[in-house]
Amino acid sequence: MPEQLDLGPHLDGNALAGPLREIFAVDVTAATSRCAACGQAGALAGLHVYASAPGMVARCPSCEEVVLRMVRTPDAAWLDLRGAVALRIPM
Amino acid sequence: MARAAVPGRLSWRVGRLAEARQETPTARTLVLDVPGWPGHLPGQHVDVRLTAEDGYSAQRSYSLAAPAEGGRVELTVQSVPEGEVSAYLTGVYSTGDPVELRGPVGGWFVWRPAGTQPVLLVAGGSGIVPLMAMIRSRRAAGSRVPFRLIYSVRTPGDVYYADELRRRARDDAGLDVTFVYTRAVPEGWPHPPRRIGVTVVNTNGWPPALTPDCYVCGPTGFVETVADILVALGHDPRRVRTERFGPTGG
Repeated sequence: MPEQLDLGPHLDGNALAGPLREIFAVDVTAATSRCAACGQAGALAGLHVYASAPGMVARCPSCEEVVLRMVRTPDAAWLDLRGAVALRIPM
Repeated sequence: MARAAVPGRLSWRVGRLAEARQETPTARTLVLDVPGWPGHLPGQHVDVRLTAEDGYSAQRSYSLAAPAEGGRVELTVQSVPEGEVSAYLTGVYSTGDPVELRGPVGGWFVWRPAGTQPVLLVAGGSGIVPLMAMIRSRRAAGSRVPFRLIYSVRTPGDVYYADELRRRARDDAGLDVTFVYTRAVPEGWPHPPRRIGVTVVNTNGWPPALTPDCYVCGPTGFVETVADILVALGHDPRRVRTERFGPTGG
């Protein structure tokens, strides 16, 4: 992703905690994810989250590729984890 | 939306305003009674949902400002220009009124009172809220972990919890508090207004060799700046936890 692409202001992965806790029984924002594009590993809480898109788009803080997208409709949640090789979830 | 609560999964609860305190002209602390509240860790937040009569609903996240006392929780809400949720919560929302909330959520930007590492807290503006929860929890738990707080605000009138911070800086052994004023300083202050920089963080934080846990919370630009300074000073990036308060709040 070119650096000059201006994605505007962002939040961070902490903002995913509520929406993801609706789906998962444990907090996933403390999980470590590895970026499929650049290999950087870090807490989901550290991702850059753009919430002005329809739903939430979380990007890698290192390469800005999309790691995760989440859209909540009235009767379903769409979770797209395309950019995460794996999650390590502390139990 | 009433749905049976699934154990372990998050569901909405109804809280009611028990009391409110004005922190600054634009920030208000809400003390809510939330029956069945499961407790929380300092640094965690809640999602708050308002629903209008026509079914339109809006949702925002707010940090919890204090340890829970039974079913009683505290949030401090900053009114933001054109913020539909914050305008309601800091304005017309009155004692006894209901609000929907779910939580606690977030397991990363938290301090555990059993922790033993020294702690550095760096707040920009309303970013003080989750850090204040940590300061309050430290005292409540009788922790002796040394805490240092660097709190950046525009003017002295923008300081949240001003009296309590003054009192705790005096009475809570092992807690140091440093203020940075970016637009106007109190009378007799030794510096003109300034932004937080390497000098302030280096002088009032901890040496990296002590491997402190660092928590940085504030607007995105502030958080990036401080996190970069900490890493440049030699702090392990894995010990620098950040939470950004974005412009999308309100």
